[in-house]
Amino acid sequence: MDVLTLSQLQFAATGMFHWIFVPLTLGLSILTAWMESRYVATGDETWLRMTKFWGKLFLINFALGVVTGITMEFQFGMNWSEYSRYVGDIFGAPLAIEATLAFFLESVFIGVWIFGWDKISKKAHMITIWLAAVATNVSALIILLANAWMQKPVGYVLRNNRAEMNDFLAVLTNPYGWIKFTHTLLSGYALAAFVIMGVSAWHLLRKNEIDFFKRSFKLAAVWAFVTSIGVAVTGDFHAVEIAKTQPTKFAAMESQWETKRGVGMNLLLLPDVARECNSVEQLCIPNALSFLAFHDGNAEIKGLKEFPKELRPPVAPTFLSFRLMVGLGTFMILASLVGIILSRRQNFSDYRGFLTLMVFAIPAPYLAEQFGWLVAELGRQPWIVYGVLKTADAVSKSISTTQVALSLLGFTVLYGLLGAIDIFLLVKHAKKGPEKDLAAGSLREALAAQTEKSSSGIINAQGRA
Amino acid sequence: MDVSAFQIIWFVLWGVLWAVYFMLDGFVLGTGFLSGFLAKNDTEKRVLINTVGPVWDGNEVWLITAGGATFAAFPTTYALMFSNLYSALLLLLFSLIVRGVSFEFRSKLDSTTWRGAWDTAIVVSSFLPALLFGVAFGNIFKGIPMKNDFAALNFTYDGSLIGLLNPYGLVTGVLFVLLFAVHGSLYAAIKTTGDLSTRAANLANKLWLPLLVVAVVFLGYTYPATKLYDNFLKAPVLLIIPVIAVISLLLVKVFALKGATYKAFTFSCLTIVFVVFTGVTGLFPNLIPSNIDPASNLTIFNSSSSLLTLQIMTVVALIFVPIVIAYKIWVYRVFRARISNDDITGNSEAY
Ligand code: HDD
Ligand code: HEM
Ligand code: HEM
Repeated sequence: MDVLTLSQLQFAATGMFHWIFVPLTLGLSILTAWMESRYVATGDETWLRMTKFWGKLFLINFALGVVTGITMEFQFGMNWSEYSRYVGDIFGAPLAIEATLAFFLESVFIGVWIFGWDKISKKAHMITIWLAAVATNVSALIILLANAWMQKPVGYVLRNNRAEMNDFLAVLTNPYGWIKFTHTLLSGYALAAFVIMGVSAWHLLRKNEIDFFKRSFKLAAVWAFVTSIGVAVTGDFHAVEIAKTQPTKFAAMESQWETKRGVGMNLLLLPDVARECNSVEQLCIPNALSFLAFHDGNAEIKGLKEFPKELRPPVAPTFLSFRLMVGLGTFMILASLVGIILSRRQNFSDYRGFLTLMVFAIPAPYLAEQFGWLVAELGRQPWIVYGVLKTADAVSKSISTTQVALSLLGFTVLYGLLGAIDIFLLVKHAKKGPEKDLAAGSLREALAAQTEKSSSGIINAQGRA
Repeated sequence: MDVSAFQIIWFVLWGVLWAVYFMLDGFVLGTGFLSGFLAKNDTEKRVLINTVGPVWDGNEVWLITAGGATFAAFPTTYALMFSNLYSALLLLLFSLIVRGVSFEFRSKLDSTTWRGAWDTAIVVSSFLPALLFGVAFGNIFKGIPMKNDFAALNFTYDGSLIGLLNPYGLVTGVLFVLLFAVHGSLYAAIKTTGDLSTRAANLANKLWLPLLVVAVVFLGYTYPATKLYDNFLKAPVLLIIPVIAVISLLLVKVFALKGATYKAFTFSCLTIVFVVFTGVTGLFPNLIPSNIDPASNLTIFNSSSSLLTLQIMTVVALIFVPIVIAYKIWVYRVFRARISNDDITGNSEAY
């Protein structure tokens, strides 16, 4: 294998690994903040216990999100130096802005949230998790705008042997980016809600802490349903945008070989790449694809054969990933709807079949997330910046095959180990369930609450210098 | 203002970002690799780790920002620096990854072997970055073997990981390690109580002399090994920068001897900042010089972004960096208390 292939593998592996942790961070930070707000508003201890229990899962997960993120930032320069040089004028800015605007906010206030339970007032503590949660979401927006620029380059001119920014506003308002952002964000929220439902179902099956986990499940089911619908709707907008801007990706997603008008959608379909056609086409919904793509049943869809072979993305994986993502999304909508209905019943913990299903459904959103990125990134190939720069021209020239082979091996071993440990800790903590009493934490809080009365200001007397 | 004004502004910001990063992560790294020697038992280790617990991630973000700022303001430098120093950066990256998870995972399981393993990981993964950053900066001061033809877009590098371990790079590496060791032990002294605090202060006192010796060697060796002094000879007023660094270093000892550890720590902050400023001032207008061909130097003029990008980045920095500094100061105030053994035992939130 050459430097290019190895670098692609490494980028895909490290990116997909980063992406195991990011969506849960996006969703669980908001849900934890919501729980803590409920506690602050009502004083109900169960909300506090929920905050601490789900918050701890959030933290264990967050740790790996952080450390794997640094890899991503380094790799642009390490493996894709031609890319970095060529588009750095546009692409570097969002990365720097993301750090200044979002990473500082989030890492600083997460620190305060973890260590500040008895150092600041309840309200201030709640505000820290909101700040961290908002910052996570802002960071997603900025990085996705950067990624969207690779999908649909806007606001640039080719000058001085590189792409230079000439319209920052266009980069910030790139419609591709905003659709990507809403779709991705909602998918992260849905994923977090499915994790909460799955863990709750596991405990309900064992009749642990019924009230605690029923309340968690009910909250999560509503979240999951609303956000999954949102994911499907924004996903459709995404497809419309792609049909307009990246016809090669769209054709590969749908495995559409011939250019036609009024194209239908085959529910069963199997591409045959060698013969440039589909070997199975069954259960066709007439005009559906044209309608989905352009919101017009008679619209023309460009087929893959319209484009020279070397400009086509890998069809089979793009097509399959897309189908699987959409299939999993449909399942998520149905499962969460049933969840809403059943969790309102008195005897919810007797629906053992459904609860078991929800435990096993935890991987579903995770898989959908990974397939989503495969569609987005594989479908863009052979371009790294669609229509502007080829991936093959973007790779670093001063690195050797041995170097990249070794680094890929290093990442595989290190990430494999860390991933296994993290999942072990997550599962262990999830199975253990919430603390029975609020133990040390609540005792110190009670003490803190007393001292707070006698000292004014946010910082209570415990912060002795 | 024309583009060169903005290039200079970003050169200054570039230096400031690195200086602040080393000042802040310096004590986290120092406390980290000294934790294996300073702490006598598990509780003391936890105390040390918890002194940096609330702030380590926020401090590391200065590195991410420095990287991001290099990318945004000097993309060609970012591209060539990161790809040319591929293997060294990879080691750095692995260390930072391990350090981060070690903090988070250490107390998440109640087992002695588990904690012992992460404690060792913390020592190693804090030591390596200190050394590697020093080696990397030593080589940047010296210049690396690259040939860049900016017109023909032909960039070649003919160095290696072993090549970076030259004597000057190693001296700078040791300098960084000792700077962070003194810095970290002073931090531990002001953040802990009782015996642990006393031991930390004593360690800082003991490490100071070796630091001074290495600093003198470094300053002397810099003359034949690099071109850093050229700028200072051209504009002698700049000598104030290394002079402040040296005076701060002496004051560290003066106050450490008196037991005024807060003041000593303040001056070790200043020492680090001015050591970095000294190096960066010497580099100007280069970001990374080439040691085989002066025309191949990566300078702020031949590797920067366009005027528009630099302007946008300046506005962003002017608005947000002060905000970041404000809330970071607030956080250091919230966590200004010393940490004692009692704070740690029975606290389920602590690291
Ligand atoms: C729980 C996760 C999840 C689920 C259920 C879905 N998606 Fe998705 N999808 C993502 C998570 C995701 C993602 C990981 O967030 C991606 C990757 C890149 C991006 O922007 O979002 C994505 C990308 C992505 C793309 C490619 C974007 C690009 O090329 O830039 C399209 C067209 C869709 N999605 C469409 C859909 C549709 C029509 C769905 C119907 C239900 C759907 N997705 C469900
Ligand atoms: C975190 C989730 C992400 C995943 C799972 C992911 C996945 C992938 C995959 C599978 C490839 C390889 C495509 C191929 O080699 O054919 C790739 C390439 C790439 N992606 Fe992404 N990506 C992610 C996010 C991003 C983001 C947010 C950006 C930009 C901001 C980005 C920029 C790139 C670049 C520069 C490459 C290398 C060139 C290439 O092979 O196309 N990726 N990514
Ligand atoms: C390939 C492009 C990417 C780069 C360069 C990147 C960079 C980073 C960095 C440097 C961190 C560590 C921050 C810290 O120390 O606090 C991080 C963490 C994180 N990133 Fe990524 N990331 C990428 C992809 C993504 C995507 C696509 C998203 C969201 C849609 C995302 C969202 C997050 C989140 C939520 C975290 C969690 C921790 C944190 O931000 O502190 N990242 N990323």
